[in-house]
Amino acid sequence: MIKKIFFQSIFFNFFFLKEVFAAESGGMPQLNPEFWISQIFWLIITFGILYFTLSKFILPKISLNLELRKSQIQENIESAEKQRESSEVKLKEYDEIIHKSKMEAKKIFKDAREKVVKDINSKKEILDKQIHEEISNAEEEIEKLKNNAAKKINEIAVETSSSLLKILIGTEVNNSSISAIVNDLSKKNKDKYYGS
Amino acid sequence: MAANPMSQFEVYRIGPEIKLGSVDISFTNASLFMIISLLAILLIFNLGSKKRSIIPSKIQLLAELSYSFVAKMISDTAGSKAKPYFSFIFSLFMFVLFCNMFGMIPYTFTVTSHIIVTFMLASFIFIGVTIIGFVKHGFGYLKLFVPSGVPIVLLPLIVVIEIISYLSRPISLSVRLFANMMAGHTMMKVFGGFVISLGIVGGWLPLSFSVALTGLEILVAFLQAYVFAILTCIYLNDALNLHH
Repeated sequence: MIKKIFFQSIFFNFFFLKEVFAAESGGMPQLNPEFWISQIFWLIITFGILYFTLSKFILPKISLNLELRKSQIQENIESAEKQRESSEVKLKEYDEIIHKSKMEAKKIFKDAREKVVKDINSKKEILDKQIHEEISNAEEEIEKLKNNAAKKINEIAVETSSSLLKILIGTEVNNSSISAIVNDLSKKNKDKYYGS
Repeated sequence: MAANPMSQFEVYRIGPEIKLGSVDISFTNASLFMIISLLAILLIFNLGSKKRSIIPSKIQLLAELSYSFVAKMISDTAGSKAKPYFSFIFSLFMFVLFCNMFGMIPYTFTVTSHIIVTFMLASFIFIGVTIIGFVKHGFGYLKLFVPSGVPIVLLPLIVVIEIISYLSRPISLSVRLFANMMAGHTMMKVFGGFVISLGIVGGWLPLSFSVALTGLEILVAFLQAYVFAILTCIYLNDALNLHH
């Protein structure tokens, strides 16, 4: 449409060239009042249409569009902000959970270690006790055996000395007198043999 | 085309003579380019506001950038009170800009190179601003001519100067735009004429001038539209927020 008018205008330009040449009489054509009224008339019409159309139909649409975009962007920013906040909360929660579970794991580990240490200690105690008991038992037995051994040695000494005397002298010697002597001797030598 | 650099500003009738009573309101080449500018603006901004997408298309971006450019210009110079006049200033800026820009195409007519057109726009703005000022402030609007902090001895002189400068606003506003457009186009025509008359040997220098001048003129076309709009904003600011 505009193209057509444009080319038409060029055509008209050439068409009215003769007239243009005729009007060429020097001075400024702007000051020639011949078409002033016409120009004012068409200016009022075109500018009026332009103002009316722009103010009634086009500019409100552009304004609305700009506002819509602004509010949309604002909304998007707000929702992004909200999501960021929620993600931060989630991150915090996550951190907390991690922290908690770490603590728990530590605790469990500590407990387990304590338990194991306790167990070992108690077992060790029992074992120590047992060992101690066994040692004391053994010591007792040794003591017993030691004591028994002294008695038996005395008895053996009495028997051998009585049988020796029988062979040497040929008579029976009273056992009790021999044992008395042996006991006396053994008491005297006791320190020498056993060192108690 | 004609050798006379002023002949590009000739207004001539297109089609039959139209008479309204005894006045001639014929369709001329000036009317044609007003309508072309009007249609171009409406086309671009209609396309730019048709679809409502979050990520704008190129034409939508163009419309929205122009919108926010003018909106920022108005709020910077005239404050938030000037919001009801946004549509008017936007239309004004776009109309002047498109008329200037269409004038940059060879063999076209520049609507804004005619004093009557710019003077009509400027006087409409002047009358409108004065009415707004009196409606908003009553006779207090006359305080505009009495600046504060001026010695009483100088006051009569200052008031006279202020009144003259206020009354000359439509003239300065219209002549600025008209003279800029006319001077630029005349100069381009003169350099174009040099290219032809100097021929293939010496024509290159004025041709390169012509090319550079075209760029400058496109800048001027935008700048004058901007100045026209921003001065309107400043006058509106005077009427809305009485500073003196």
